[in-house]
Order: sequence, then C-alpha cells, then structure tokens
Amino acid sequence: MSGEDKKIPRRTILRAVAVSAAAALMGASRVQRGTDTTATGKDTTYIDPTKITGTLPGKLGTRSPFEQPVKKPSDISSRTPLQDLYGIITPSDLHFERSHAGVPLIHPDKYELLIHGMVDRPMIFTLRDLKRFPAASRIAFIECSGNFRSGKETMTPQEICGLTSQSEWTGVMLSTLFREVGVHPKATWFLAEGSDAAVMTRSIPVEKGWKDAMIAYGQNGEAIRPEQGYPARLFLPGWEGNTNVKWIRRIELSDQPFMTREETSKYTETIRDHKIRQFSFDMDARSIITYPSFPQQVEKGWIEIRGIAWSGRGKIDSVEISTDAGKHWTKAVLQEPVMDKAHTYFRHLWYWDGQPTEIMSLAVDDTGYRQPTLKQLIQARGTDMGGYHVNPVTAWVLKRDGTVLFKPEKWK
Amino acid sequence: MFIKRTNCYRAAVVMVLGMLACHTNTRPPVPGWPEHFGFGKTATRRQIDSLNISIAPDGKGLPAGSGNAAAGRVIYLAKCASCHGETGAEPTPNRLVATLSDTVRTKTIGNYWPYATTVFDYIRRAMPFNAPGSLTNEEVYSLTAFLLYRNNIIDSTLQLDAVKLPNIVMPAKKYYVNDDRRGGNEIK
Ligand code: HEC
Repeated sequence: MSGEDKKIPRRTILRAVAVSAAAALMGASRVQRGTDTTATGKDTTYIDPTKITGTLPGKLGTRSPFEQPVKKPSDISSRTPLQDLYGIITPSDLHFERSHAGVPLIHPDKYELLIHGMVDRPMIFTLRDLKRFPAASRIAFIECSGNFRSGKETMTPQEICGLTSQSEWTGVMLSTLFREVGVHPKATWFLAEGSDAAVMTRSIPVEKGWKDAMIAYGQNGEAIRPEQGYPARLFLPGWEGNTNVKWIRRIELSDQPFMTREETSKYTETIRDHKIRQFSFDMDARSIITYPSFPQQVEKGWIEIRGIAWSGRGKIDSVEISTDAGKHWTKAVLQEPVMDKAHTYFRHLWYWDGQPTEIMSLAVDDTGYRQPTLKQLIQARGTDMGGYHVNPVTAWVLKRDGTVLFKPEKWK
Repeated sequence: MFIKRTNCYRAAVVMVLGMLACHTNTRPPVPGWPEHFGFGKTATRRQIDSLNISIAPDGKGLPAGSGNAAAGRVIYLAKCASCHGETGAEPTPNRLVATLSDTVRTKTIGNYWPYATTVFDYIRRAMPFNAPGSLTNEEVYSLTAFLLYRNNIIDSTLQLDAVKLPNIVMPAKKYYVNDDRRGGNEIK
C-alpha cells in the first residue's frame, strides 16, 4: 500500500465498507443471490464485483461510497477539503462558502441586474439577456481574505486555509456590459450589491471592471451553485473573495467609493503604526502542502509531496520545498497548466529516511513576490497585524512514527 | 480615449431616452462587435429608485427623516439587544460599542469605523439580522444616533438627519490608509 491510501481515516473506511456491503446486499437480493449469512449482517465480507450485476445508468452521477470528502461548515463559512483533492478544479459541491446572511433562493426568471449611476443609459438585464452576450470562460481561484487559522497541531489543510477553491467560471465580461450602458469616463468606482439578506455591498475600482471582471453564471460547466451566487455573481480574478459579490443585483457607477461596512468594519486590516489598511484587493501568493498533511500517516521511503500554490497577481513562477525545516530549498515540479491567478498543482519526490523533520512549501509568483513566513509578516505589519491577507509558509512536522502534524506558530 | 462620431450617432439612435450627453465608451470598441447588442432594457427612474439604497460617505443617498439617541435606545432594547446585549459592548456577535479598555483590535463603531454614514447604511440593509429591511428610516436614524452616542461620538440630544450624519468625524478615520502592496520582492 502506498502512503496515499493511508489518507483515509480508518473510521471512514469502515463506514464505507458498511455502506458498500449494504448496497451489495440490496443488489444481491434483487438478483436473488443473497445468502442467509449476508442477510443477518454478520458477514460483512467484500462481495466480488464481477459476480454481481452493477448499478444501472442513472440521471446523476454519484461519488463512490468509499470517498466521502466533505466541507467543514461553521455558522458563517464552510471550508474546502483541500487534503482530499487531486487536482486544481474544486468539485462544485466542495467549493468553499462564505456568506453574511445565508444563501438566498433566487428564481432565475425573477433575476435582474440593474446597472446605473454614471452611465449613459441605465439598464436592466435579465438572466436571459446576460446569457445572450458574448461569453467568456476562465479558470481561476476565489479565496476569502480571512483564510488563515492556526493554534493547534491537529489541524488539516481544510482547517488552516480551506477558504480557497477553484472553478471554471463562465459569464459575460463586465466590460461588455460597461460598453452596453456607456460608462462615463469620470466614473472611478462601482458599487456591487448582492440580493442576499445582507444586501452585501462592495466598492470596486472601475478599472478592474474594464480589465477582467466577469458577471459569471456558469461554474464548471453547469449553472453556478446557489452557495456560489446563483444565478449570477461578480467574479474578480485574483481579488479577495468578498469583493466577488454573489447573487449580484445592482451595479452603481460612481466617482467615489461608498465605504460600505464590508470595506471598513470588515475586510480591512490593522498594520504597523496603528494604521488600518483598506481596499486590500489582491490576494498575495501562497501555497500549502496537502500531502502529506494532518491527519495522514506516512512511512519511511519515497513520498511524493503534493500541494497547491496560487497568486492573485499572476502566475506561479515556482514553488520551493524544504524537507529539513527550512535549511535547504529545492524547486518542486509544477503540474501543467500553470495559469494566471489560478491554483497550480505542485509535486516533489522525496525519500524520507524516517527521521523526524519538518516539510514546507514556499510560493513565488511572476512578480517576484515570495510567500513570507509568519515572522516576516509580523515584522512587516507589526504585532497588531489583523487577520486578513495572512498567507504564511505552512510547515508540517513528520514524527518518527509517521504521524504528520501541523506546526502552529505563535502569532497573537 | 476618443470615440468615433459615427458610434455616437448610432448610440444616440439606439438610446430610447436620448437625454444624456454622448461620452459612451472609455474603451475602444471590440473589433467585429456592434456598438450595442441591444440586449436588456433601459431602466426607468422608478425602477432605479426602488432598488437604489446606497449611501455615500458625503451623505448622497441619505433619506429624509431624523432621529435621536433617546428614541434609538427604546428601539435598540426592543429589536437589537437580544443579540447585541443590553449595552452593545457585549462581545457577541459583533461588539458595537467601544469601552475605555478597548484597543483598535476590538473593532467597534467607536474605535474602528471611519464613516458614520456606514452605520446608517448597514443597519438599514442588514439589521436586525432576523428581520432585515424591516426598519423605517426614522428608526434607522434613531438607532444610528443611539450607537454613536454610546460610542461617545455625539451628544445624547443631537437630532440626526441627512445633513448632520455625514458631517460627523469618526475617530478612526485618520488611521485609514490605502493598500500599497504591489507584489514584487517585498513583504507588506
Ligand atoms: C438575531 C440576532 C441579531 C439582531 C436581533 C440584531 N443583530 Fe446586528 N448583528 C448580528 C450579527 C450575526 C451580525 C454580524 C453579521 C456579519 O458579520 O455579517 C451583526 C452585526 C451588526 C452590526 C455590524 C457590526 C460590525 O462590527 O461590523 C451592527 C452595526 C448591528 N449588527 C446593529 C444592529 C442593530 C442596530 C440591531 C437592531 C435593529 C441589530 N443589529 C439586531 C445579529 C443581530
């Protein structure tokens, strides 16, 4: 067995086996092949799949009962199980969630987007209207800017930084709509407003609207999920998650920011000299090793270290790996495709001699930005550093017995 | 950026309400694309007014009406205290009122919010959490006055309205700076 198999906690396997046995049992009785021993439920031996007709084609695909990746919800958010994923696309039902007043239920026929303010022609677009415009697709991540948790050794990548996910987003470029309404040259900001119960709002520089903003209605080939903004959301590649206003109903062009609650009381961070940093849009480059990580177990021998790296400013240039607590660094292999403002998968083959050590990854993006350590962040921002845009190098401790633990560092 | 005259004329024809000056695109047209696709409808003033609830820090968008802290206190106890606590200085879910021992880290209205208009805007949009959008403008003015008074920013007697609210200088405003992270070999 490779180390990979050991990712699955024992309890999950047992549960999965039970599910499969039950499923096989149902199948068996259907084809009149069940035996009394299986019917009593005492004999849970694995049933040879070549000896029993399988499930017939269905309307929706299913996940293997042996695979049960789940999000980790709290009252305000739900996190992507990064440690359970093999690639750069987050399955849509595992995309992280963050909302300020729950997920609204919006009927697509009732949906309208109003664009007004400093424009030649204030206009209302139905969902059907939006879909008629030339469309575009783009694979990119969305990450909440409050995406760092620490504090104990028994934390998974999901718990540390599971508020980042990646999809292929499809929609109409905001620049297309800007042309349609005729945005005034003097408009410098626009307000994006959601139709959730928080009527959540953010002010966005118009320049971003012209550059690469999208009103997205598609996610990984299907209609965007309710948790991600059904039927349409603002998508701002590389910018902090909160600015990607979901369930968007109104865009107002203006010559000043509106100073909404989510860009003053929240999503601002205290830095050095009692300053409060505002409009911190770009997500700094970051990476995390997702294998091996807690709660996985490893064995002495060859280990392919795996993980994801991303930057809100451009492409990942390289990911450096240290397997000796930061003394030496080597470049990991980047898995193609390496895309602009997108999760990029990395791999690094390593022979573990079984001695206790620390492994860590450091992302470098194409602006030359190097992912900092927590210490460097505190040096730059002061000990009063706020909780947003915290993207430190994350270390995993490998114990002699193959246990992998997160290395929490002192912060506050 | 310049716009071709012909585009202007074409745009003007498409425009149902051709009342606005033609300074359409601040960006060049996309080759092969029409000036306008003609999808969507021109929004009427009524449609805009029914949706437009934004308030700018200079007070633009603030409605008529007024309120004071005494009236606000009564509404607060009835509609807010169940979650935010009797005084508003309770830590859950979000502390609203600053106490003397608070640092900027506590993030209350008194020591962290840069604009008073935001208090009005946010309460009107999103509170009470279990009945958002249910307050009258008078109630929102009163609640805003109450919370500003409790944070030692205004007098208990001030009758808050669309003129006075944007003129309030919030203590934390001076701390705000624009993001200056620009990537490159620099940690900020
Ligand atoms: C049912 C519980 C509940 C009630 C009742 C309630 N609130 Fe809230 N309030 C919340 C929650 C939860 C949040 C945080 C929401 C978020 O972070 O998105 C909040 C946030 C706020 C904030 C923003 C605080 C900050 O630091 O950003 C203000 C201001 C506020 N409430 C005022 C009020 C007022 C005024 C009332 C009464 C009209 C009220 N609330 C009633 C639950 C409630």
